[in-house]
Formats: sequence, C-alpha cells, structure tokens
Amino acid sequence: MKHSLQRIIALAAKELLAVLKDKRSRIVLIGPPILQLLIFGYAATFDLNNVPIAVYNEDRSAASREFIAHVINSPSFTLHGYIDSEHQITPLIDNRDVLMVMHIGPRFAANLLSGRSASVQLLIDGRNSNTALLAQGYVGNIVRDFNIDWAKRHNRPAPPATVTVRPWFNANLVSRWFIVPGLVGVLSMVITTIVTALSVAREREAGTFDQLLVTPLRPIEILIGKSFPGILIGVLEGSFILAMAIYWFDIPLRGSLGALYLGMFFFVLSGVGVGLMISSLALTQQQAMLGAFLFMVPAVILSGFATPIENMPYAVQLLTYADPLRYFLIILRGVFLEGYSYDLVSRYYWPMLIIAFVTLSFATWLFRHRMN
Amino acid sequence: MTPAAATRMRLRAMIRKESLQVLRDPSSIAIAIVLPLVLLLLFGYGVSLDAKHVRIALVVEHADANTASLTGAFQHSEYFLPVEFQNIQQAERSLEAHEVDGIVWLRNDFSSRLLLADDAAIGVFVNGVDANQARITQGYIEGLWQTWLTSYARDHGHELKMPVVLQPRIWFNPAVNSRNFLVPGLIAIIMTLTGAMLTSMVVAREWERGTMEVLMVTPIRLWEITVGKLVPYFVLGMGGMLLTLAMAQLLFKVPLQGSFLVLTATSALYMMVALGMGLLISSVARSQFVAGQVALVATFLPAFMLSGFIFHIGSMPEPVQIITHIVPARYFVAILQTVFMAGDIWPVLLSNSAALLLMMLLFLGIARRNARKRLD
Repeated sequence: MKHSLQRIIALAAKELLAVLKDKRSRIVLIGPPILQLLIFGYAATFDLNNVPIAVYNEDRSAASREFIAHVINSPSFTLHGYIDSEHQITPLIDNRDVLMVMHIGPRFAANLLSGRSASVQLLIDGRNSNTALLAQGYVGNIVRDFNIDWAKRHNRPAPPATVTVRPWFNANLVSRWFIVPGLVGVLSMVITTIVTALSVAREREAGTFDQLLVTPLRPIEILIGKSFPGILIGVLEGSFILAMAIYWFDIPLRGSLGALYLGMFFFVLSGVGVGLMISSLALTQQQAMLGAFLFMVPAVILSGFATPIENMPYAVQLLTYADPLRYFLIILRGVFLEGYSYDLVSRYYWPMLIIAFVTLSFATWLFRHRMN
Repeated sequence: MTPAAATRMRLRAMIRKESLQVLRDPSSIAIAIVLPLVLLLLFGYGVSLDAKHVRIALVVEHADANTASLTGAFQHSEYFLPVEFQNIQQAERSLEAHEVDGIVWLRNDFSSRLLLADDAAIGVFVNGVDANQARITQGYIEGLWQTWLTSYARDHGHELKMPVVLQPRIWFNPAVNSRNFLVPGLIAIIMTLTGAMLTSMVVAREWERGTMEVLMVTPIRLWEITVGKLVPYFVLGMGGMLLTLAMAQLLFKVPLQGSFLVLTATSALYMMVALGMGLLISSVARSQFVAGQVALVATFLPAFMLSGFIFHIGSMPEPVQIITHIVPARYFVAILQTVFMAGDIWPVLLSNSAALLLMMLLFLGIARRNARKRLD
C-alpha cells in the first residue's frame, strides 16, 4: 500500500512537471483563460443597448415629437437620424446602419387628440431574430408608459393597467448574471479536458508511454497519477474565475460556497474522466485534440449555457443528461443567484459522480487493454 | 527541365503528398467533416432562442367564467404549457424547484379588477436567472393578456382604445426564427475550424516531428511548400461550406435569398483568411499543443463569441466592440446573415469583403515574413 502511494505520488509529480515545465504550455494555461473570461464576460450578452434607430416623422406635431423623445431617451435606443422620405428606409435597414425605423404617419396627433388610436409603424431588421424581438418589446414598453401618461394628462379614461412583471433573483434582468457564473463551468471544463486529453497522447507520440510499461506502476496507479494535474489545474482555474466573477463582475453570491466547491470538484473529476478516456483512445495529439473538441463543443452547446435546454426538442433534451456541465451550471446559477445550499445542490452531485465513475473506469479498462 | 515545369512538378508532388496525408489521417477528416456535421445538427436542432411551450403556473384563487376564459387562452396558445395551481405558495415552490418558469396569479378579485386602471388584475412572476428567456416569457404573457383583455372589453361593450398602437413589421425573417440566422453563421465557424485550427495543428505537427527539416533539404521552395499545404485544406473548407448549405436548405429549410455565386466567392475569400491565420499560428507555435490552444483561443472562440454569430455586437460594451473589428469572422458573419436572409446587398457585401481582403493580405504577409527556410 505504501509503495503504491509512493509510486502514485511520483507519477503525479512528474505529470505536473511535464505540464508546467514548458514555458509556452505555462503561458497557455494562464493567459487565455483570463482573456477569455474578460472578453466573453462582457461580450456574451443578450441584452439590448444603444440600438441605432431612424425616425420618419410625417406629422410634425408636438405630440409626435413628445412620443419620439420618449423612445430616444431610453438607454436601449440611440438616434441615428431623421429621414424625410420613404425611399430612405430600405438602404438604412439593408446596410445595417439602423436596426429599426419608426414611421409616424401624418395624422398621428389628429388621431390622438380626437380619441382615436394613432398607429406607429416599426420596421425592424430581422436578421438577428432575438434582437428584433427584444427591440419590439422595448418599444412596446415605452408605448405602454406613454399611453398611461397621455391618458392621465388629457383626462381620458386610462387604459387598463399594464401587467408589472416581477422577475425573481435578477430584478434588472442583467444577462451577465446568467452568463458569467456559467463561464466558471465552461472555462474550467475546457482547460481540464484539454490538459488531460493531451497528456497520454503526447507521451504516446514521444514514445515515453511505453517506458511506463517497464515501471512497477499498475494501470490504476497510472490513472490516478495522470488525473492529478487535470484535477489540480481544473480546480485552481475554476477558483480563479469564481473570484473574478464575484469581485470583478460583481455577481452576487447568495448561496453556499462550500456546496459550490464540492460540486466543482465532482465536475472537474468528470472532466478529467472524459479527458483520460479520450486520451487512452487517441494515438496522436491531433486525435486527442479532436476528441476533446468533439466532446466539448456539444457539451457546451447542449448544457444550457447560453440557450435553454427547455427550448430543445425532447430527444435532444434526453442527450443532455449525459453532460456533466448541465448539472454544474444548475449548481452554479443556483448558488450564485438563487441562494442554494447543500440540501438543494446535492441532488446534482450524483449524476456528475456517475459520469466520473463511468469514464474513469472505462479509461482504466482501456489503459489495461492497450498496455497489453 | 524549365524552371516553370520544375515548379509545377514540385507543386503537384506537394499537393499530392498533403492530400494523401489528409485522406489517410482519420482525425483530419473528422475535423473537416464530422465536426461540421455535428455542429450543424446541434445548431439546427438543439439551439433555439425561440421559446415555445413555456411552462407557467396558473394560480386561480376563485374560478369563474372569466378565469376559465383566460386559462383557456393560455392552454390554447402554443407558446405556453400551463399548469394549474390552487394557491400561490404551491406555485412559488414549483418556481423554486424549476418545474415552471413563470407564475400568472389570478387573485380572487380578478373579475372585479379587470378594467381598472390603477392595478392590473393579474400578478406575474418570472424566474429571472436566464434574463433573455425571462424577457421573452414576459413579452409573451403581456401579449396574451393584452389580446385577451381587448376581446373581453369588446364583448362587454367597451372598446379598448389605446392612444398609441404599434404596427411592427419584421424584415427578412417574418417567422422570427432564430435558426435562420444561426445556421448561416455556422459556415463561418466551420471554416474557422478547418482553415485555422486544423491547418495550424498540421503544420505545427510537421515541425514537431521533424519532417519539416526533411522538406527543407529538398529543392522545394518555401512558397511551394505553403501552397501545397494549403490547397487540400482549402478544398476541405469549401466542401464544408457546401455541406452546410445543402443541409441548411434541405433539412432546415433556411432560405438563401442572395446568389450562390456571391456566397461561394465570399466563402473562398474567408477561407483564405482562415488559412492565413492557421499558417501564422503554426509559424509561431512550434508544437501541436500550443498551436491547438492558440488556435482555439485566437480563432475559434472569437469566431463564436465576438463575430455577431449569436451575440449582437451592437449591444456589447464599447471596448469589446472595438476588439471585434480585428476578428475576421465578424465580417464574414455579417456577409452570411445578409446573403442568406436579405439577398445581395452590395454596400454590405463590398465593405465587409474589403475588410476580409485586407486581413488576408496581412496574415499571409506576416506568415511569409516569419517563415524562413532555416532550422531554428
């Protein structure tokens, strides 16, 4: 037993050195994750800000100008300019100079003052369907507020009250609160899987894997030793991004940090398991990279990181049960925003542990198989 | 043998060697074909920003004809999957447990409050963790409520007159289907994978294995090595584009409004840019591990996150928007979204193509400068 432990520690130390010794390898472990976190933390947003719009106002009344002011003063929209003929609309939208053109007809004020409905036409660029829907929604909100205000000031019967929607956990609906906790999971998975997947493949290409065969190390000891750098780097990386999320991005952490860490450990373990499985199947580094990729890309896309699992077809939703990131994302968002603690988080530990167990067992079996 | 004929012979040999290498290496084929297919299937079927069948809890404290009418409206709508509850506490617990994504609360004074101006008759809560989906759900609920209320008012003799009424028209994508803009953007991702990632790893592998040294002692010129290497990957990349186009049209019914010629020409241009990036990365990183990582961070992830493929560039913070100007995929995604959904809009196509041309010359120029026929 003591000898076994000594052998494992020796292998683990050697593995860690192999990763850290190469200067370029070191840079790649530290630089990119920071860069990725900063850029994607800020870039990944579904919110709508400073959308350029153009206004075609055929009715030069005070009423129309007041309405336009309401729209332009919103932080969601920026005025690109006024146009005075219909021909100018198409090129502006086609060339993406504006996302939306607001067209107010000549009888706007007349209709308003006489108690009829005044219609405003919105022409929206639908090339990004999500943005188009959001823009339409934002103008809709502005219109509702304008209607209530107008009715009050002109002694008209007020329209029925609009629904006030109260969002739980994220009152201002900031996209970043959803994406950045997710990045903790995504970035640590990327690093863990790549480091681990390339470890055996690199040795195989260099021929040093065969040298392991003449050592007293048993397959399971090799497995544990090779897991070590992946787990260590994964957890350190995850912690770093976690710290950035809390202190740089100001994402509130409402739940139990301990529960999150335990989840992170199990998650990294499953990532290492997958990495080792890929590593033992791949004969070259390129194959290992490819395998890591083929796992990571669907894992991220199907995890609910950016687009909800609920929107996926049922068959695809079933696939997501095999994705460890899916569970870790629920834990991350639950602990950050919903205040989860161990009791609510623990049900998500088991799937990740099962995935880790299955992949690590498979990797061990492959090691044994390939080594003979 | 004349110099020109010698060049042709060496080029042919180089291209043949590279092509054989690709064909005999299953992982190259996998990156160039399997991965694009996987991405296409995932994005075509898996990714959707359009919420359908949103699960909401309907709390009806006092059932009457009006509440029945409203709950019926929710049940008939394809946007909602309503679940009825008797009291708000049960519904809240359901929301906490993620069984539903929103709550619509019809209190027991529902019918008497219907046309009041000071407070809406229904209370609405949504789970705000996924801000985007929360906004969409909110929009759906408001839309359904507005429609129902208007018809209720009409049935009871009031004509609900809103002072200002919106008439929205969505150009290019009237069905407002997120797949229509996600699938064309995928062409950029796939080409980046083949052109930048695969190429950079392939050339780095030659350096690592020492076969580059072997090439150096042959009479083959440096530019002939380069061209010979890039030709098969160019072909693979264009193949990937055609595959995506075929699947987009046949399987996902994504329309191509613009011309096939324009699509092919701009794709070829972007492929050259991607190859230039791959070449540049491989000349800087002499090992596959580093080349792969750098390619991932410098080409694939920016193409995914910063190109406008899925996240709208105009909504990003100013400094990040500036950074997107050096991401080649940004220009190509703009071209793709326009050509597929809007048609051949020349100002957009020409300005973005010019940017791509500039980047291609830049990358190839730097790679040329870095490459020397030496062993260090």
